[in-house]
Amino acid sequence: MTREEVYERLNQVVREVLDDEDIELHDETVADDVEGWDSFEHINIIVAVEEEFGFKFPMGKTIKMKNVGEMVDLILESGK
Amino acid sequence: MKELEYPFDAEAILKKKKSLKRELLEAGEGRFIEKKIAILGGQTTQNIKLMLELFLLNQGIKPSFYETEFNQYYEAGAFPNPELEAFAPDVVYVCTCIRNITAFPSLADGEETVSQMRNAVIDRFAGMWQYIAEHYHCTIIQNNFEYPYFRLMGNKEATDIHGRVNFVTTVNSAFAEYARTHENFYICDVNYISASYGLEKWADPFYWHMYKYAVAVPAIPYLSFNVANIIKSVYGKNKKVLNLDLDNTLWGGIVGDDGAENIEIGQETSMAQAYSEFQEYLRLHKQLGVLLTINSKNEEENALSGLARPDSVLKKDDFVCIKANWEPKSMNLQATAQELNLLPESFVFVDDNPAERAIIEGQLPGVAIPEIERVEHYVNVLDKSGFFETTSVSKDDLKRTEMYQENAKRNQLMASFADYDEYLRSLEMKAEIQAFAPMYLSRIAQLTNKSNQFNLTTKRYSQAEIEEAAVDPERITLYGKLGDRFGDNGVVSVVIGRIDGERKDELHIELWLMSCRVLKRNMEFAMMDVFAEKALERGIRKIFGYYYPTAKNAMVKEFYGHQGFSKVKEDDDGNAIWEFDLDENYQNKQTVIAVNEGPSEA
Repeated sequence: MTREEVYERLNQVVREVLDDEDIELHDETVADDVEGWDSFEHINIIVAVEEEFGFKFPMGKTIKMKNVGEMVDLILESGK
Repeated sequence: MKELEYPFDAEAILKKKKSLKRELLEAGEGRFIEKKIAILGGQTTQNIKLMLELFLLNQGIKPSFYETEFNQYYEAGAFPNPELEAFAPDVVYVCTCIRNITAFPSLADGEETVSQMRNAVIDRFAGMWQYIAEHYHCTIIQNNFEYPYFRLMGNKEATDIHGRVNFVTTVNSAFAEYARTHENFYICDVNYISASYGLEKWADPFYWHMYKYAVAVPAIPYLSFNVANIIKSVYGKNKKVLNLDLDNTLWGGIVGDDGAENIEIGQETSMAQAYSEFQEYLRLHKQLGVLLTINSKNEEENALSGLARPDSVLKKDDFVCIKANWEPKSMNLQATAQELNLLPESFVFVDDNPAERAIIEGQLPGVAIPEIERVEHYVNVLDKSGFFETTSVSKDDLKRTEMYQENAKRNQLMASFADYDEYLRSLEMKAEIQAFAPMYLSRIAQLTNKSNQFNLTTKRYSQAEIEEAAVDPERITLYGKLGDRFGDNGVVSVVIGRIDGERKDELHIELWLMSCRVLKRNMEFAMMDVFAEKALERGIRKIFGYYYPTAKNAMVKEFYGHQGFSKVKEDDDGNAIWEFDLDENYQNKQTVIAVNEGPSEA
């Protein structure tokens, strides 16, 4: 899976959870940049991403994620 | 909506909750009943609320919510709370979890101490429930506790009084005892739901430590689905009828081709046993008052030969209506609904054939159509769907099948009379029509929530509101029971009138309903006669009747006209006000029912 493929699927997941078709995520994107990505929706995004990519985020790494890029790193790592 | 019916895809619902909500609101516009639901949380409840909203909307209930801050359930529920008071909840849902039990026994504690700790938990909750009941007069739904996710002593946790498993079990048992002895109080059986889901996944500590959810987020739809089922049951939205296919649904094989002796039923083979177990599961529904009906493409003779097998669990007499013919099943279902005086939306259509299911889905929206696939899973799909979630069992429920069978006998009798009045007299009807009596309050509340067709205002009442009406000096209340030579129909009609706040000789009828099972028996006139009598005793000179049209109550549009009222006002939507001048010359309207002559049970 390439980084681009991850982004394609990740964009789709986050768009669905936040019900906003215009969302485009990048490595530097943080929750505050995206309307509706609050702490309540964060858990739903985590769960939806886990389902989409078929793995579970370890808690220790989840709490340290600083931006979308790091989430993508974790997703790519899980696929190894 | 298919997405929200069991077996559902929980993760998809969570992901698409916003678009699902939009679709539900659009599809149901104008047809929702509105309810106010307060969620008192011992954990984060945001997703629990959003999922509950979806499942309620799917049942035609549009909720508005009050939600406590994280873990403020006790402070919000057990003490004066102006915000909650202003919200005036219809339902309080206490969404607590095992993590809200703060003190568990240690091995050093004596029996006495353990018992005190248990009582401390129970008393704390019971005190809160009492406060809620007294101050908000509403329905209460309380989670019981899931099992702990670790077992210090292993299996001994279940038996040792110091074990957390044992502690939770005994507390849950006390909660259940409270539910048994208190009206309008229901347990959401988290203990069962979590077991069914898988406790290890349910209680995944990731979600607690990260977000203070004691329920794993992917499991939340299952929790909310159960809460929604309790609420829709309280508000009379349960299904009433199972409409069953025969071949490959009630037995294996095609009776018309294979012959009754070769279908799979009984105890001889694994498949036969599975079908027998399914039939037994269906048969059990009769005690809940659920009606069993057959809708099969078959020669009737063949259908009956299958049921006549000695090892068939279900017999011909277990069904109130059997349609075995070559008509489209949608027509059969509709005809059955008409015969039973029920609406198609009260039906659950059970058929192994997806093509038949698709036809019903297309022709009769509102009919529940569980997607059954394999006989060994039929029970599971029906059971978890919650079609018949039971919040109260009345004596009537236990004998509903009998009542409908008695009705069939009445219809036969009717055919033998040329004159309808003569037929009515031959029924030897006796009615008991009295002010609300304690023993009928739960049935009365149930009727106000279930009656849709013969219902002038479609005003819904909780049991607490019915209790209030019963003792309100400003109101005139009546229930009507009707029996005849074939049997007792139980309480079938309810009327509530409110004396005008200023003009004390005027009365407003805020509720008038009757069960359709006694249509055309003149019971509505018997009710009017007694109502007029009671109103006269109170010095009433003018009665106002109201008709508010819904999708279902067109049959009573002219009801007050037939009762001798005159229409004084009607708006563009069909909402009408009727009035009736009352005086001592009131003439009784019916002569075929003996009213209040027998010994009263009340």
